[in-house]
Amino acid sequence: MAKATVNGDFRVVAMGGSAGSLEVILQAFRELTNTRIATVLVIHRKESLHSALPEMLNTKSHVTVKEAEEKERIMPAHVYIAPADYHLLIEPDGTFSLDYSEKVNFSRPSIDVTFECAAAVFGKKVIGVLLSGGNADGVAGLKAIKKAGGMCVVQNPKSALVSFMPQHAMNELEVDKTLGSGEIGAFLNSIQ
Amino acid sequence: MAPEDIGDDELALLLNEIVERYGYDFTSYSTASVKRRISRLFILDHFKSFEEFRKTVLTEKNYIRRFVQEITVNVTEMFRDPGFYKLLRTQVLPVLATYPFVRIWHAGCSTGEEVYSMAIMLKEVGIMEKSLMYATDINPDVLDQVMKGIYPLRSLKLFSENYILSGGKEDFSSYYTAKYDLAKFDDELRSKMIVSTHNLVSDRSFNEFQLIICRNVLIYFNKPLQDKVLELFDASLEPRGYLALGSKEQIKFASISSRYEQLDPKEKIWRKLQ
Ligand SMILES: C[S@@+](CC[C@H](N)C(=O)[O-])C[C@H]1O[C@@H](n2cnc3c(N)ncnc32)[C@H](O)[C@@H]1O
Repeated sequence: MAKATVNGDFRVVAMGGSAGSLEVILQAFRELTNTRIATVLVIHRKESLHSALPEMLNTKSHVTVKEAEEKERIMPAHVYIAPADYHLLIEPDGTFSLDYSEKVNFSRPSIDVTFECAAAVFGKKVIGVLLSGGNADGVAGLKAIKKAGGMCVVQNPKSALVSFMPQHAMNELEVDKTLGSGEIGAFLNSIQ
Repeated sequence: MAPEDIGDDELALLLNEIVERYGYDFTSYSTASVKRRISRLFILDHFKSFEEFRKTVLTEKNYIRRFVQEITVNVTEMFRDPGFYKLLRTQVLPVLATYPFVRIWHAGCSTGEEVYSMAIMLKEVGIMEKSLMYATDINPDVLDQVMKGIYPLRSLKLFSENYILSGGKEDFSSYYTAKYDLAKFDDELRSKMIVSTHNLVSDRSFNEFQLIICRNVLIYFNKPLQDKVLELFDASLEPRGYLALGSKEQIKFASISSRYEQLDPKEKIWRKLQ
């Protein structure tokens, strides 16, 4: 297991959402034009709806939206969606691995799993964004991102369709920023 | 210890010591996965430091067996990805049915749900008698489960839904007997299974097959090891044989890819050209 370094100087946005997050995500990606960042997206969804996501989310800009593939390297100007029914891991060399292990927080893909990997590999370059949802998944992941020196953002629980997930995050850690449901796209575009 | 607290160097060192001591080679496995599994073992077995863990693995008798059991991921289900099984049933098995005997290798079969699914299809297509299913895995404990063919009754609802979606037409409950909270599959389904340990990293090809199924195993390997294992499969496959992988696994960038054609744009089944 050779020690590898992640090259490229770009920020990685790790974004997670559950119930009530899809609308917010659709709007954010419609507005997304920032080609300097890589976004890794984990949403809890029914498998049947999952494969349609890359098309639903496609931006009109130069940002490519696709399902994350086995051993694919993370690159800026891309949005990678975790495939249905696998956890999405990130290797020390900045490539993805899929994992069919036990569910975490009743979820596969689990937001915690991907956030923890992102924290381990990208450290302070990570921006964790946790959206609407009725599950505690993602909070431990945000903590890992915080500990690694990254930035933690949650959707304002008041603007979330299901407030439990972002509210739980705010109770458990000091988040750096809260955003209204319509402010996420602009925030992503502002990342340098 | 959280996965991110395990250092790359201490991990690499331990994996190398394990190769030397026991011959099990996990050095080319997905680092992210191995770290997560070790972190899980820390909780399950109450380790307090990496050094304590390392000592236990290297000196405590029998702990390596547990290590192998827990570092590998054994999650599986019957007729997982029904579309995949439908394609096997409608396009692959009818071709195999024209051969005098059929040899199928399930590499990394885990607790055997995949192999029992195959046995049911072979029976329904009417070629069970002339078929042999080789069920192999690195982990001897899951193979004990294959021999037993006993699964928790609560999983059977999902298995039977998958079975129907995959094109199964029989009464699924006719294949097992339920007792308390367990379901035992008929001995007849097991009669054509040959169960044995086989390590894809270090063991060689042991036969020629018309169909090799290896699903959700390559995702745990790094790219060079994936390539090496695909070469092993290629060497173990007859001309015009079939190779079937997990729904997110690819041969696209591997050296063997030019010798294979994919049967269907969606399902991960390839046929060897010659
Ligand atoms: C996630 S399970 C896949 C089970 C089944 N094929 C499926 O897709 O549902 C992965 C299996 O690969 C096995 N495995 C891991 N490393 C292996 C190796 N080097 N050789 C053989 N089997 C291995 C594990 O023990 C585990 O049972």
